[in-house]
Amino acid sequence: MTTVAKPMPQPTAVSQPYWDAAGEHRLVAPRCRSCRTLFLYPRATCPACLSTDLDWEQLSGRGRVYTFTVVRQAAHPAFTEDVPYVLAIVELDEGPRLLTNVIGCDPAEVRCDQPVEVVFDDTGEVTVPKFQPVAG
Amino acid sequence: MWPGRDRCAIVGIGATEFSRDAGRSELRLAIEASVAALTDAGIDPAAVDGIVRCDMDAVSHVALAEALGVRNLTYWGVTGPGGAAPCAQVAHAVAAVVSGEATTVLCPRSIAWASAGGLGSAMGRGAGGGAGGRGSYEELFVPYGLLAPASTYAAVARRHMHAFGTTREQLGAIALACRARANANPAAQMHERPLDLDTYLAGRPISTPLGLFDCCLVSDGACAVVVTSAERAADCAQPAVSITAVAQGSGPGIQGGMLSSVLVRDDPLTWPCRWVGEELWRRAGLGPAEVDVAQIYDCFTPTVLIQLEDYGFCAKGEGGPFAASGAIGFDGSLPINTAGGNLSEAYIHGMNHVVEGVRQLRGESTSPVPGAEVCLVTSGPPPATSAMVLTRAA
Ligand SMILES: [Zn+2]
Repeated sequence: MTTVAKPMPQPTAVSQPYWDAAGEHRLVAPRCRSCRTLFLYPRATCPACLSTDLDWEQLSGRGRVYTFTVVRQAAHPAFTEDVPYVLAIVELDEGPRLLTNVIGCDPAEVRCDQPVEVVFDDTGEVTVPKFQPVAG
Repeated sequence: MWPGRDRCAIVGIGATEFSRDAGRSELRLAIEASVAALTDAGIDPAAVDGIVRCDMDAVSHVALAEALGVRNLTYWGVTGPGGAAPCAQVAHAVAAVVSGEATTVLCPRSIAWASAGGLGSAMGRGAGGGAGGRGSYEELFVPYGLLAPASTYAAVARRHMHAFGTTREQLGAIALACRARANANPAAQMHERPLDLDTYLAGRPISTPLGLFDCCLVSDGACAVVVTSAERAADCAQPAVSITAVAQGSGPGIQGGMLSSVLVRDDPLTWPCRWVGEELWRRAGLGPAEVDVAQIYDCFTPTVLIQLEDYGFCAKGEGGPFAASGAIGFDGSLPINTAGGNLSEAYIHGMNHVVEGVRQLRGESTSPVPGAEVCLVTSGPPPATSAMVLTRAA
């Protein structure tokens, strides 16, 4: 077993609700009450209209792999035992994109545009949303 | 017309040797490169009155000024992040000279990341601790294991392959072009290491689709350049190389954080280089067709791929075929990275590109491009970037 702990998300005032929701196994994103833009990553203001009047909206948790890379050489000792692992940008069905891991499959099988769904990794102190392939 | 056009020149260049372990401090390396640049220019180090740093440089402007015996430092500045700095340092120097804040501005970059164990270690991303905070947004990226810049550029390369059919062989053409020029440059870390396509393709996978030879070197070393007015340049020891235009820019959609967040841009395959390029060509009164030789920031092969498109040397999506066509080779229409670049000369964070751009226009390159009069130099993208057009002064 690795003795080096993984870096855990350190929520900010802005991103705390995102991580709290993940702890309840819900994937959420801010939606602007003024212009209705839905966006990730969480920011203090709407990137479209600068409004600070934001709501948190629950997402379907479904999307597609926009792009990915299979990490073959760990850049940090905490990830040595995970190699090879998949880093992916997932485009959610609702539009926003996020960085995640695609798990639950052979890394060699991951493809751009592959359909995926959210799963929640509770193994660390903070629950982290990850994704796994689903039948298209 | 842009008010800085041809108003300043680079009159001195200096570099230390490049290695995996210099055995001396960043300050010592910065002093050596700076003194070399000032000696090259024929300028007394005490006369330096401006210093512009890269934000990741361990050497402060005051420490360097002290070591040089500067009489009166009237201007200092800092830019970045990291590899975005070198041309931006020159941009700040031009702004300082044109506005009268300073007359003689030193732009150094000193680095000792090789002996420190690479960028990952140098950036000190906390083992076992928390990731994020301070506007970095890293809590959304680092816990997933997005730690190496290679992975960010690899994800860009993967999407480029998916969207446009770009191949590893085409990325390899970029690595091979840089390596061939390093083989001609005795100062390059890879001087004695030829590279062929089979060896490139067999390189150890780092973060797919990128392998070992898609990644820049890690280095210890320093480079520095001296900027002054065109008038003063006429009195310097070397033929002046004119800073015809320089530009910094983010383009729309600038994001917090350094590297990771660019992956969630609306279009991660178009970088700030596109907007910097438009502005640079406008300021220079020149276009990509007039460029004789280019020093293109190359932390990874896809970094060059995207810039070939964004600076207008080919259409979006055609960077792969363009690179593989031979255009970027020494005998091509756009010879690039004629000292070897970050991929094969040394990783001095792109300041070695500025030094080589000057050498080309003085006819001092180890791969001199015949008749070269216009050189493009670019610095690291994203999240925002900088670039300049150097010309042989009349
Ligand atoms: Zn809005």
